[in-house]
Amino acid sequence: MTKKVVITFSDGSASRPLIYELIKKFDIMVSIIKADIDGGRNGKLVLELDSDSEHIRQAIDFMQTSGVDVTPLEKKISYDDSKCVSCGACTSACPSGALSIGAPDWKLRFQPDKCVVCKLCITACPLKLFHIEFAD
Amino acid sequence: MTKSYEEINEKIRKGKAVVLTAEEVSEMAKTMKPKEILDKVDVVTTATFGAMCSSGAFLNFGHANPPIRMERIEINGVPVSGGLAAVDTFVGATDCNPQNPTYGGAHIIQELIDGKELTLEAWGKGTDCYPRKHIKTQISLKTINEAILMNPRNAYQNYNVAVNSTDRTLYTYMGTLLPRMKNASYSSAGELSPLLNDPECRTIGLGTRIFLCGTQGYVVWNGTQFNCSKPLNDYGVPMGNARTLALMGEMREMSSEFLRGAYFEKYGVTMYVGVGVPIPLLDEDLAHRVSIRNSQIDTFIEDYGQKGDLIGKVNYEQLRSGEIEFMGKKIHTAPLSSLYKARKIAAILKDWIEKGQFELTAPVRPMPTGTSLQGLKEVEPSK
Ligand code: SF4
Ligand code: SF4
Repeated sequence: MTKKVVITFSDGSASRPLIYELIKKFDIMVSIIKADIDGGRNGKLVLELDSDSEHIRQAIDFMQTSGVDVTPLEKKISYDDSKCVSCGACTSACPSGALSIGAPDWKLRFQPDKCVVCKLCITACPLKLFHIEFAD
Repeated sequence: MTKSYEEINEKIRKGKAVVLTAEEVSEMAKTMKPKEILDKVDVVTTATFGAMCSSGAFLNFGHANPPIRMERIEINGVPVSGGLAAVDTFVGATDCNPQNPTYGGAHIIQELIDGKELTLEAWGKGTDCYPRKHIKTQISLKTINEAILMNPRNAYQNYNVAVNSTDRTLYTYMGTLLPRMKNASYSSAGELSPLLNDPECRTIGLGTRIFLCGTQGYVVWNGTQFNCSKPLNDYGVPMGNARTLALMGEMREMSSEFLRGAYFEKYGVTMYVGVGVPIPLLDEDLAHRVSIRNSQIDTFIEDYGQKGDLIGKVNYEQLRSGEIEFMGKKIHTAPLSSLYKARKIAAILKDWIEKGQFELTAPVRPMPTGTSLQGLKEVEPSK
């Protein structure tokens, strides 16, 4: 399985060889989707973890005990479903297929696990319904 | 066989009219001839829910004491027309304050419909009969006299599909157009769209009663840029931006479920409007027209990167599939108007008619024929 997570570093914890440890200790394939780390070694990383679910769980536990905050990506990106009119404008801009619309019901469908946090939907939605909690 | 409006209305009053949505009738037409459809069906409901910039609202605020001749008016900081008598205005959907371009007339209209209170500020020079020079107060739909939605150009008959061949992203009223034709956006409701089911406007004219933003409204004129000269495809459907409707309705009865203020990035404010039009099946020709399917409706592909060059043709079945092949490329297609909402509207209108709450109206005056459009020329004043 794959799981996307947002890792938040503070207190300079980005200096740890975290990714090395994930690969080495937990046998996880790690793809970096987005990295945003400042000179003081604080910031955010969006990672895609690919392994079996047990290893992914252990890896997340490990990171949490090492002082970094790990949140599933779907908790960081959201849109206000109750106000959505299913116009489809956001699906036109979304490059990853996370946002899609089509038969049979033509209602907006959001699959956060496909999201690559490009943020194009934020500007593409004419009703401004997207919220991405991620460092600019 | 033919049917008259009166015969159909008689059936509606008795709760016996057979009503289908345009999608349902298109499905039926796969196995039935127009003659049989005419036999079985009385009314077909059509609908669309899309961004329609040429929309707005007439408001009358009532007179203050002492009275003011409002010559400059702002609602929630958005300048609106001060050119309509003392206490009337027209809020254009695209009106906005350049300092705050993401909020505008369409949002004002939606907030009024939602029952919100807005700030009205107005200035006048002061006259003998209107001595006051300034007023700042709160208004809502409850406090003002009239609130009439009046949209000069809605429900485009068909619309070009937008692509972008340049190397940079374009932000347009057709949404975000990614570089090198990575996406194509289309805005018509296809086989459900009102003017594609009665392409020559045989039953749609002045006075046609319709669904407008949640209530009963009316077609009050041919829409602006009403164009009868677009080329027809093999099925008699105009390709590209053709006929339009001017619509009017009572704002107090409307719901923001079917009217939304919107902002297109780096373009500006616009308004999503929900429209439903009933089409009476008076004869075989109309039964044939409403049977039109997405695969039979073509439109042009327009390159927004190259001054609107028309570079190809595509039908709505292809567009709805989510991907088209064009110039050797696979292009992701996405709508800009909501089929989900349009279907809701067509179903509500069907329900109203079935329950005898909505009767059909014959046009008081038909739509014009033979119209075409003029461009705006830059010329010197004539002597
Ligand atoms: S951030 Fe990008 S990839 Fe994620 S949903 Fe929005 S448009 Fe799609
Ligand atoms: S652009 Fe906004 S309103 Fe339209 S489907 Fe996407 S989230 Fe919904």
